[in-house]
Amino acid sequence: MGKPDLLPGTLDMLVLKTITRAPLHGYGIAQSIKRMSDEVLTVEEGSLYPALQRLLLQGWVTAEWKMTETNRRARFYKLTAAGRKQLGIEVSEFEQVIAAISRVLAEQT
Amino acid sequence: MNDVSQFLKKFSLLFRRNRFRSELDEEMAFHREQAERELIASGLSPQAAHTTAMRQFGNPARVREHSHHAIAFRAETILRDLRFAIRQMRKNPGFALTAVFILALGIGVSLAIFSFVDAVLIRPLPFAQPNQLVFVTESAATIPRANLSRYDFDDWKRMNSTLSSFAAVGGTGFLLHQGSITEPVPAARVSDSFFRTLGVTMLLGRDFLPGEDQPGRAKIAILPWGTWQKRFGGRSNVIGQSVSLDGNAYTIVGVLPRDFSYFPRANAQFWIPLLDPLGGCETRRSCHNLDAVARLRDGVTLDAARKDMQNIAAQLERQYPDSNRNQGAFVASLREIFFGDMQPILFMLLAGSALLLLIACINVASLLLVRSESRRREIAVRGALGATPARVLAQFVIEALLLALAGSVAGALLCTAAVSVIKSLIPTTMVDNMPFFRYIGLNSHTIAVAAAIALAAACFLAAIPALLLSRLNLHNTLAEGGRTAAGSFWHRIGSTLVVAELTVAVVLLTSAGLLGRSFYNLLHVPLNFDPNHLASAFLMIPNGTFKTNAEAVALYQDVNRRLLALPGAQSVGITTDLPVQCNCDTDWIRIVGKPYNGTHNEVDERDVSPAYLPTLKASLIRGRLFTEDDTAAKPSVIVINQAFARKYFPGEDPIGQKIGDTSLTPTSIRTIIGIVGDVRESGLDNEIWPAEYQAIYQGTDNYFAVAVRASGDAAALLPSMVSALRAIGPNIGVYGEITMDDQINASQAAFLHRFATSVVAGFAVIALLLGVVGLYGVVAYSVSQRTREIGVRMALGAERRTIYSMVLRQAGLLTAIGIALGLACSIGASLALRSMLFGVAPWDALTLTAVAFLLAAASIVASFLPARRAASVNPTDALRAD
Repeated sequence: MGKPDLLPGTLDMLVLKTITRAPLHGYGIAQSIKRMSDEVLTVEEGSLYPALQRLLLQGWVTAEWKMTETNRRARFYKLTAAGRKQLGIEVSEFEQVIAAISRVLAEQT
Repeated sequence: MNDVSQFLKKFSLLFRRNRFRSELDEEMAFHREQAERELIASGLSPQAAHTTAMRQFGNPARVREHSHHAIAFRAETILRDLRFAIRQMRKNPGFALTAVFILALGIGVSLAIFSFVDAVLIRPLPFAQPNQLVFVTESAATIPRANLSRYDFDDWKRMNSTLSSFAAVGGTGFLLHQGSITEPVPAARVSDSFFRTLGVTMLLGRDFLPGEDQPGRAKIAILPWGTWQKRFGGRSNVIGQSVSLDGNAYTIVGVLPRDFSYFPRANAQFWIPLLDPLGGCETRRSCHNLDAVARLRDGVTLDAARKDMQNIAAQLERQYPDSNRNQGAFVASLREIFFGDMQPILFMLLAGSALLLLIACINVASLLLVRSESRRREIAVRGALGATPARVLAQFVIEALLLALAGSVAGALLCTAAVSVIKSLIPTTMVDNMPFFRYIGLNSHTIAVAAAIALAAACFLAAIPALLLSRLNLHNTLAEGGRTAAGSFWHRIGSTLVVAELTVAVVLLTSAGLLGRSFYNLLHVPLNFDPNHLASAFLMIPNGTFKTNAEAVALYQDVNRRLLALPGAQSVGITTDLPVQCNCDTDWIRIVGKPYNGTHNEVDERDVSPAYLPTLKASLIRGRLFTEDDTAAKPSVIVINQAFARKYFPGEDPIGQKIGDTSLTPTSIRTIIGIVGDVRESGLDNEIWPAEYQAIYQGTDNYFAVAVRASGDAAALLPSMVSALRAIGPNIGVYGEITMDDQINASQAAFLHRFATSVVAGFAVIALLLGVVGLYGVVAYSVSQRTREIGVRMALGAERRTIYSMVLRQAGLLTAIGIALGLACSIGASLALRSMLFGVAPWDALTLTAVAFLLAAASIVASFLPARRAASVNPTDALRAD
């Protein structure tokens, strides 16, 4: 059996969370999510970049071309104020859903 | 972030697409490199690391597309599909052109016929609340729609309770004097409330006021738009002018709007109030010469009004048993009276055109199917590259829309052309009488219908490949090459349809052929006179102009003299009726010395001048023609035609025999002095009757025609003829000048035949084209489905010739069935057409054979392309792929 897929609709939230502390480039974001989830969650590159475009369009992140430590040019994504607010909203919604699901599952059968 | 700023962002990205793309590429390259580096660090060889990273990353094109999709307007994908579709069309111009052409045919014809139906049946009549308008008249014992008498009209108006307005209308004619023009014109007489009942507002001036139609009131007239333009130059100062009708001055008080048309009296050039009762007829209750229009009261139905009028008629029947016995009432909606006759034909045409449209769409769908079969691989590969079924479907939908749009635009253009062709087939006199003709062609209604048809066609055409796609399984398509179940189903439908199309084409072609031959025969029917270089005109001498025979003869000789003096005039003749008209103006005769049992021996009677028969170049068989000497002072003499001699004097010499009227009154006795060849007095398709030619110098005729043989062009002579005749006197009515050739061409028989032949031929050509394209579609589809089989055959040693014959045989079978069925049906159809056929039998072998050959040739052409494609299949390709 393969690794579990990312829950639908949570990719945006995870991306926003990973760049809360510091801006990261696309590869860095993918690695970060993988590492922080103890290798449980793997972000498909095919979904990451379209998601980043969406986030850019919504104005929740901004992008900037910067030099990495290895002197390569990469595009770094930074969280905006609006993005921070959106993250808060999405996290609270997510927690509500999780709590509800837990209650259903905890039902004695 | 709100929608507006999102939109603006998208919009700004629109212009920076290239940079967006290159930046994205750079990002993805960086991502892959990083992944690769990490893999190397974890121990893989650079080669393995590279391939793993690539595989992990996935399809860059897909990522690119999805990213693009995230920031693109939805319309952009449609634009891209559109560009792709256009490129596809350009690569396959044959397919695109054929498809668009077929669609244009179907849509164009449907639009033309629809616009006709729209102008006649759908468009409301140019009156206020036309659904309330009814046509009212009396019915007689044997005639359900007779006429109304003036006295009955007055009573019906007074006694009814269901009509809010009731007005009479009748026809009449006047001799118009205007400047140098004197000519008889048809006119209409109406009640004062006629135009008010219809709800018509005058364009200029005023309507008739209440009471202005009573006897003795002022002579006033209202002009229809056409007369106002033609005779008064459309000048706005026409109100108050007077015009001379029958010598009386009528003051013009109003001009009708251009839209106005009262169909039964469409040719009326002047509208005047009823005024004095028309001599004789309108003074008696028993003489019926009027009709009436009325408006129903609010809430009253047609049936209620009919019952009301029938009750009133029954009452009058009791009151006036002599005049009103069996006189009932006839009430119908005005629209029914105007266009009721046309309804069945129009509906039939509409049904036919709908069928044509359906067949055209099915043909194009079949062509599309053939093409999508050959693109199966492309679709499969696209799917493997990551296109969703929705995207592929969208592509097909766009293509179908493009075809439908192009077809509709081309169809609209074709419709305009078709309409102008139809209009040119109908003589101008008829067009003038049908003002709704103006609305036939492209207008808002037609364009709306065209758009609807385009949409429907697009849906239909998109559905076909969509259904095909739904049966598409990626793996199967890349592997399979045989015929699918869906394919067999479509093949069966297609074949049946092609056979039906070919049958219809054969029937229409034979009908067109037979009608065409009939038309040719009609125009070449023996006339027994020389119609070339013959110019003619009609004269009307007002009653009382000459009181004695001598005065009449003086006038005839004056006419002769003036016309002969014209340059180019070789000879001049006078007659009461020109040839090629009808078997009318007849006489009942009785032969002196022969037994008579009271039967009506009817013969055509023509009063002619001495030079008339020589002017026509009729051949003298025996005896002599008239001379100037045969005046009223001499004994009455006549010349008869051969038909007369054969019928009444078989085996004997008629010269010297005498005939007279049915009671042999002494003054009617006349001697036969000569026999001429059978000049065709009747219409082209009528039989030639016995005819007698009396000497016009021996009588007095007010209405006659002149025939002038010109040494050069007859048409050039007409204007000088007319002015020479008008110069005789101001009261002489001169009208209807025309050359004999034109008259024959415009005669009713010729017109009907020409019209029918053209329409049927047009439909036949369309049916043939559709049938041929349909056949091509079916055969090509079958070939594309059997590519593998053909490859196998060729690999097993079959020659190209065998493949050719295999395909052609399939096509030939369908054609043969179509031709056979078609010939059988066409015999039935031509039996139905029998009344229109002239000089050809319904089972004319020549026409049937020619049509069979034509269709066989066409189908060979149609199946040649697929056959060649089949024969040039490379066996290895066919076996390996697809």
